Amino acid sequence: MPDDGASAKAAAAPGLVAAQETRRQRTRLLIRSAGMLPVLVLLCIGFHLLSDGRFFTAQNLGIVVQQAAVNTVLAAGMTFVILTGGIDLSVGSILAASAMAGLIISKFPDFGALWLPAAVLTGAVFGILNGGFIALLRLPPFIVTLGSLTAVRGVARLLGADTTVFNSEIPYAFIGNGSLTLIPGVLSIPWLWVIALLVIVVSWLGLRRTVLGVHIYAVGGNESAARLAGIKVWAVLLFVYGVSGLLAGLGGAMQAARLYAANGLQLGQSYELDAITAVILGGTSFVGGIGSIWGTLVGALIIAVLSNGLILTGVSDVWQYVIKGLVIIGAVALDRYRLQGSART
Amino acid sequence: MIDPILEMRRVSKSFFSIKALRGVDLTVYPGEIHALMGENGAGKSTLMKILSGAYRPDPGGEIRIEGKPVHFNGPHAGRAAGISIIYQELSLAPNLSVAQNIYLGREVSRFGMLAREAMEAGVGPILERLGADFAPSTLVAGLSMGQRQLVEIARALHARSKILIMDEPTTALSAGESERLFGLIRRLRAEGLAIIYISHRMDEVYALGDRVTVLRDGTLVGSLDKPEIRADTIVRLMVGRDVSSFYKKEHDPLALHGAPVLAAVDIADGRRVKGCSLTVHAGEVVGLAGLVGAGRTELAHLIIGAAAKTGGHVEIEGRTVDISTPGEALEAGIAYLTEDRKALGLFLDMSCLDNINLAVLGRDARLGGILDRDKARDRARKAFAALGIRAADIRVAAGSLSGGNQQKVLLSRLLATTPKVLILDEPTRGVDVGAKSEIYSIIDNLAKSGTAVLVISSDLPEIIGICDRVIVMRAGSIAGEIKRTATAPLDQEQIMALATGMEQLDA
Repeated sequence: MPDDGASAKAAAAPGLVAAQETRRQRTRLLIRSAGMLPVLVLLCIGFHLLSDGRFFTAQNLGIVVQQAAVNTVLAAGMTFVILTGGIDLSVGSILAASAMAGLIISKFPDFGALWLPAAVLTGAVFGILNGGFIALLRLPPFIVTLGSLTAVRGVARLLGADTTVFNSEIPYAFIGNGSLTLIPGVLSIPWLWVIALLVIVVSWLGLRRTVLGVHIYAVGGNESAARLAGIKVWAVLLFVYGVSGLLAGLGGAMQAARLYAANGLQLGQSYELDAITAVILGGTSFVGGIGSIWGTLVGALIIAVLSNGLILTGVSDVWQYVIKGLVIIGAVALDRYRLQGSART
Repeated sequence: MIDPILEMRRVSKSFFSIKALRGVDLTVYPGEIHALMGENGAGKSTLMKILSGAYRPDPGGEIRIEGKPVHFNGPHAGRAAGISIIYQELSLAPNLSVAQNIYLGREVSRFGMLAREAMEAGVGPILERLGADFAPSTLVAGLSMGQRQLVEIARALHARSKILIMDEPTTALSAGESERLFGLIRRLRAEGLAIIYISHRMDEVYALGDRVTVLRDGTLVGSLDKPEIRADTIVRLMVGRDVSSFYKKEHDPLALHGAPVLAAVDIADGRRVKGCSLTVHAGEVVGLAGLVGAGRTELAHLIIGAAAKTGGHVEIEGRTVDISTPGEALEAGIAYLTEDRKALGLFLDMSCLDNINLAVLGRDARLGGILDRDKARDRARKAFAALGIRAADIRVAAGSLSGGNQQKVLLSRLLATTPKVLILDEPTRGVDVGAKSEIYSIIDNLAKSGTAVLVISSDLPEIIGICDRVIVMRAGSIAGEIKRTATAPLDQEQIMALATGMEQLDA
């Protein structure tokens, strides 16, 4: 019957439009999550060509991931914080204080093996202190962590009486310099990078597969609505700054194991900036609520590839600073541009 | 007869297909207080924005000031033509001094330096004329609301305005401050200023108005001269329209018995809510009516613990429950739909799936925190089907939906908690007519299934159409309660009378 045909067509049309709309939204999502991955690939290929094929070698890639590892761990913690719309400027200082604490403990003969949990715990304590000021006293994250950037740096110097602490016999030194052999003689991965990847996977599970993860996105997306929806906003904030501190502590342990030494003044200087850059490059919105941990991984790799590639191609140290700085600004510009396309206008 | 200072002829304004104003004729004379009344959404603020120059009227109308046609082409054009508007939310910079605020945008400078003394000397006489008890150098932040109003008026006088429009100037004022303001307004009238006074409050219109003009649905429905100003006439002009038939009411509230599910007792916050008590029974839809600013939303926020109570308590099924956060309210079985779904309700960047499940994630989770994604998807799909949410997929961002569908997503989140009491704050604001009637039917079904529903609404036909009982608030207190009986439906005029405080004046 002609009538039925017409009504069937009329019914199909909105379905079709809806399907197109879904596909468009999925594409947009994909572009957002893929985000900087093409940039990373292009950078790698570009540096490979410019350095006469010295980039894609097993040895060089090992160096790249080893250099990216600590920043990846810090940036993972930073992702939690920035997803809530906050910022943690103190991770570099916390890293230094944790490494110092770890090295000092490692020198005790009886419980030296406890240095690793001690370092991680030190970081967590500082992170929770940050979170306490922000969540319970309702102070702005920028101010609180700017303060602890300075204060914790002081603590790090105090811990070693402002000297460098060495321990060539530090337990678990293999995590700093050893590799996990996958195929003997062919493929091995530095332990530092194994830890970094584990952190990324656990963070992903935490953000995407737990109630707390959804609450983190909710607090960053709309804090007032989150409060009205019954979410304990203070607990979420305390958690994210705690995680950021804990991972900074882990980063400190990784550095200590790698260097067999720590210096309260020099270690981790301006690491927070690299971590923030990685998060923003990864497509996480600075105002919170949007972003993914995989983007952060890509962002951290871009920074490491950039440093490594610029050295390989012989760019001077001075110009490396200029180029990295411009990359930060470019990333924030990209963030703005991306936000325009989202539902939040 | 003196010549009018302001004449508006056939002024219309449409936004896309919606006519906010239709052919309004308004004439205002110097030395008169012209009260402008109408329900929310009647077109008062559109009219005001046209006079300020913020909106450009549709072609075909005409505005004359002192007989000369004017064409406003920018947000400051009205001011340049001699019209000053004092908005409900005052537009002063609290960090600047009184004189700096009055001169804002027209600062006096000497050799590029601010001439602070000259400006302060310039506003001195005006402040004196207004009887201000503060100096031109005072910071606005330190002034009371009444004093700030004076600064706004001084600013208008300083700009040599001939027409002063005041939008509900007394909402934030104490009784004493209001009295002083009235005296001042009368003095300005005697000086020949034309004052357009927008107010919801009948007593103010009685006390001040030389003429009253009533707007309804964008149309001017009548102008009354002083001797004709009578409360019942005004109310009839304001509400006189048919209750449309799209309200669905099948639940039977008249058969209600037993103890209330929700009892709020003497709730107060020490500022805008002054000891309010109300009850809602299972299967009952109770309306909370009142003018904007009467304290309805504030009362709801106090009940659910979104704001701190200074007095009173909440009982659920006869037991006193201690609620100090919205989370505790949800646990006690009270869900609240906010009037501002974009700012306080939805997570616009998050999927409908997450938005719907947000409040019950913890309850559904396994091993103390791992999301049960199957359960969540199932719940979202069921909500889509049950409430008729139209979106491509449950994973679509909530911000991309239409107003009506957003509201249904938010409602689904509340319903997922299976509340005993549902408080709906302006449930159909910014929602199209089709979705409106769907929401009414959802409310009706909830009542049928035994939920106690409290609806806050400024839309009187809506209140009358869906509620069994109406509690009316006025200025932070419960002004009265009207019950529907088997024979008599709820009466709009009665509600309006309670909301505006008119019944005391006629008594």
